[in-house]
Amino acid sequence: MTASSNSVRAELVEASSSATDPSTGSEPRPGEGRGRTGESDSAARAKPISLAQDIWRRFKRHRLALVGMVILLIIVIGVIIGPWLWTVPINEIDFGARLKPPSLKHPFGTDDLGQDLLARMLYGGRISMAVGLAAMFIAIVVGTIIGAVAGMSRGFIDTALMWLTDLFLSLPQLPLLLLIIYLFRDSLKKIVGPEVGVFVMVVIVIGGFRWMPVARLVRAQFLSLREKEFVEAARALGASRTRQVVRHILPNALGPVIVAGTIDVAAAIIAESTLSFLGLGFPPDIPTWGRMLFDAKDYLDIAPYWALFPGMLIFLTVLSINYIGDGLRDALDPRRVLG
Amino acid sequence: MTLSGTYILRRVLIALPSLLGISVVLFTVLALAPGDPFGDIVSNPNIPAEVAANLRKKFGMDDPVMVRYFRWLLAMLQGDWGFSFASRIDVDTLILQRLPTTLLVVGSSQILALLIALPVGVYAATRPYSLFDQIANTLTFVGFSLPTFFTGLMLILVFSIQLDWLPFVYRADITSTGWHFYWDHLKQTIMPVTVLALFQAASWTRYVRSAALDVVKLDYVTTARSKGLKESVVVLKHVVRNAMIPVVTLVALQVPAIFGGAIVTEQIFRVPGIGSLLISAILANDTPVIMAVTFVFSCLVIFFNLLADILYAWLDPRIALS
Repeated sequence: MTASSNSVRAELVEASSSATDPSTGSEPRPGEGRGRTGESDSAARAKPISLAQDIWRRFKRHRLALVGMVILLIIVIGVIIGPWLWTVPINEIDFGARLKPPSLKHPFGTDDLGQDLLARMLYGGRISMAVGLAAMFIAIVVGTIIGAVAGMSRGFIDTALMWLTDLFLSLPQLPLLLLIIYLFRDSLKKIVGPEVGVFVMVVIVIGGFRWMPVARLVRAQFLSLREKEFVEAARALGASRTRQVVRHILPNALGPVIVAGTIDVAAAIIAESTLSFLGLGFPPDIPTWGRMLFDAKDYLDIAPYWALFPGMLIFLTVLSINYIGDGLRDALDPRRVLG
Repeated sequence: MTLSGTYILRRVLIALPSLLGISVVLFTVLALAPGDPFGDIVSNPNIPAEVAANLRKKFGMDDPVMVRYFRWLLAMLQGDWGFSFASRIDVDTLILQRLPTTLLVVGSSQILALLIALPVGVYAATRPYSLFDQIANTLTFVGFSLPTFFTGLMLILVFSIQLDWLPFVYRADITSTGWHFYWDHLKQTIMPVTVLALFQAASWTRYVRSAALDVVKLDYVTTARSKGLKESVVVLKHVVRNAMIPVVTLVALQVPAIFGGAIVTEQIFRVPGIGSLLISAILANDTPVIMAVTFVFSCLVIFFNLLADILYAWLDPRIALS
């Protein structure tokens, strides 16, 4: 793609992210929004509001985001402490209790080997959450570094990095994910064992395909922030390039990154479930939510609950995270004025 | 409003380096992979060591990476995609058999998605924060939070198992003739197409709404209204066309995700397309097929990006001039 049409595209992508992210253009510093919230009169008397309190106040106004956070918290707490409260083993095979619908003994029913679905779902939830967070972390770190380097350097490095970003954006991700997993699965299993091996690989590959939007956002933020007066002031005071970036530019560029990171968690959970659903993710003895759907899909007619419960959990988790991202977008946008 | 041939040619020439870049990524992945991709033949204990060595030599597996890359690329470009270990036919024949089904399902789902997203998005944008807008907004959130594999299973559960209206296995060998043939085909395509379309429609509605919302506020729309133009003319001629410009870009960015969704959908409904071919090839360790299908997916993505670029210039003639 040519530089010209490319930059048009890039701008459009960033601008159009008004669906996904309206944070281009001039960015006041996060703290400044407070002054315009209609409370400036009483600010002298009232206790000063910290940045975190301000964000929380803005976040609370998005009712669905709040509901999403409550639901996500319930799910997260459930999968963290659940296995201690519900101590049925995940792999206890009981052919006497094959494909039993939900009952008191097995609140979510059992699968074709008589294994307790509640226990398996709690365990699988831990994996899904861990994969989502770890992949998000990789995507954010890689994206921030590439975006920051591209945004701070002009000329060749910037062009090359953006070309790389565009190239990665036009890769067919799922086929490549499958290809990489197919080629590297066995050798990684030998080195670090099947569970850790698959986990590391799934996380790296999913994270490695999700850094591009972050890189673009960070670059766009850097391009505008590095020309701002406060960065100029820091430069004039003799701040090194690293200090300018770490102390002054990066903290102000974080808002959209946090939003993108939140949505990345949801995307990573879906990606992991997709791999497991295709039977190419975690091995069969590790019950992730996607893997349970994969196992359940041949028993839809006699045991629909088996597919319904993990499917609904994936859906609820992803929906909650997406709403939280939406709420954070509103909360972290300092241009939005509170009514 | 005509598109110049030079612009199209320029876009094609610009798409080629991307294709090369993707081929480098693909080959690097293959070259980095431990073990032999063709290990089945070479490490088979029934094949004597010297035969194996000859095979390696014949396929040039001991050459430097660069040499192997250019030979692989040349072979791919010439349509010499190798021989499927599992199906025992040439890979290109296999893919050509499967490709039309994939394109049919993906294509009709995208059209359906557009037919949903365009009116809903524009209507919601002309009445922002109305009840309709809020309902549409909630539904889009639900739509793109529902993974395709779950929607697919739910549709099967409701329409195949509970209601018994639609078949849940896609069959390429329908025996009925005449009118029934098309009816059966239509019936088995409904669910895969719906699953893909719903997912796409959800995110597109959001894009269309936010793009149209930006446009309706502009002065020329007010001018068009104050000239006394009918509301339908204002919306269709003034708002939609300009709102589509950013939407096309976003849709182009979604193309990889569309094909990702196609793989899942084909796998659920056993649609005999290249997506399900990829999965079965992976399960059968059929490396030439896996490489070729991934390459085909890359080409499709590049091709649709190119199409988006051209569409983009048609919608916004300034792009072609700059």
